[in-house]
Amino acid sequence: MEQIIHAGKPINACEVPISYGLKLDTLSCERDSRLLFEHLSLDLSSGSMLQVMGPNGSGKTSLLRILAGLMPPSEGAVRLESNSGSSVMPLNQMLLWMGYATGIKMLLTAEENLSWLCSLHQQPQSQSQIWQALAAVGLRGFEDVPCYSLSAGQQRRVALARLYLNPPPLWILDEPFTALDPQGVTQLEQHLVRHCEAGGLVILTTHHTLTLTPARFTTLALGS
Amino acid sequence: MTSIFFSLVQREARLLCRRPAELINPLVFFSLVLVLFPLAVGPESRLLQSISPGLIWVAALLAVLLSLDALFRSDFEDGSLEQWAVSSRALSWLVLTKVLAHWLFSGLPLVLLSPLLALMLGLPSEHIPVLVLSLLLGTPVLSLLGAVGAALTVGLKRGGLLLALLTLPLYIPVLIFGSGALQAELQGFSPLGYLLWLASLTVLAVTLTPFAIAAGLRIGLSE
Repeated sequence: MEQIIHAGKPINACEVPISYGLKLDTLSCERDSRLLFEHLSLDLSSGSMLQVMGPNGSGKTSLLRILAGLMPPSEGAVRLESNSGSSVMPLNQMLLWMGYATGIKMLLTAEENLSWLCSLHQQPQSQSQIWQALAAVGLRGFEDVPCYSLSAGQQRRVALARLYLNPPPLWILDEPFTALDPQGVTQLEQHLVRHCEAGGLVILTTHHTLTLTPARFTTLALGS
Repeated sequence: MTSIFFSLVQREARLLCRRPAELINPLVFFSLVLVLFPLAVGPESRLLQSISPGLIWVAALLAVLLSLDALFRSDFEDGSLEQWAVSSRALSWLVLTKVLAHWLFSGLPLVLLSPLLALMLGLPSEHIPVLVLSLLLGTPVLSLLGAVGAALTVGLKRGGLLLALLTLPLYIPVLIFGSGALQAELQGFSPLGYLLWLASLTVLAVTLTPFAIAAGLRIGLSE
């Protein structure tokens, strides 16, 4: 397993059913001298899904940004460990992060956006695979349309197409259901569950009640 | 590493070509300043000639500064920078590529335009190679140093003035060596010393600023 990680290639959850866990060790977050949460400890293992809930401003996005390594916690640490050897793995080779701002450029077409994001995240893809992923999120025929002329829901779908492109195993998604229609919500829920069942790990925030959840499903309520 | 370099340059080229105002604005600013000066100062060619090195360099410096405020802003707002920061690529390498691509499409046209405008200011044509060489060595430094300021002000809604205050002091050595090279050439001395100083500043900027830019962006992202 070590060799796979050090080879510098992204690890595909579907191909390598490795077992790993994300450990949150007494995390605290303080913003603008307001304490959002403190002493948060949690063990998440591969195959599970965590839904972070809480009112607006309760620190959901801050928690996700801390987990993704974008923000340092005020206290505590986040570790990604493989369960067999309990060695620490580099987070950025395992992580797929999708923030509320999805990183889609409005001036580029859907295909250009995805091919850039794939080469950035070392998920080498052919054009036909990108077209298939766009078809999977219901954007067949919109491959060459600049994203500024797509609707908000369609722009969200362009970003979600990355989840169909040989993604790394740990997904951290901030409000992934925003602007999606009911059919898109169902499809995304199914995809998330499939990913968990294949040994992936999903952490997401949403205000929407999930109708479909994997066997190992946890919710975390912040701000209570 | 080379494939990411080319895909990033391609992405930047596409983005800039689809928003050409961002490319053209600094060039228009540069040309306007240099076209208006002879009209304001008068047609006395000796005076124009003697102030032209400083004039061209100040105009180039301000034009570069003008183009840098927006360098990281849109990538910051739409979440692209977050994707860069969480990827397993080195952020410093990505930002170096981005700044060099930006220079290629905004700084290089300015360098290429400068001989024409220098002739309008009455600079004798035999001095044009030194002018072009000094700008060619100096403008990448201006872009890279300005990018450090742009990275530090990326989280601010209106960082324009702060960016100027942060970067102008750092620009002064480049300005002195750049216009100094041309002054020396005009007075019949060798500009080589100035040009070598400029070249060493370029090497320093290319090697060191990417780390500062990456650190600045990480600070901006963690807030």
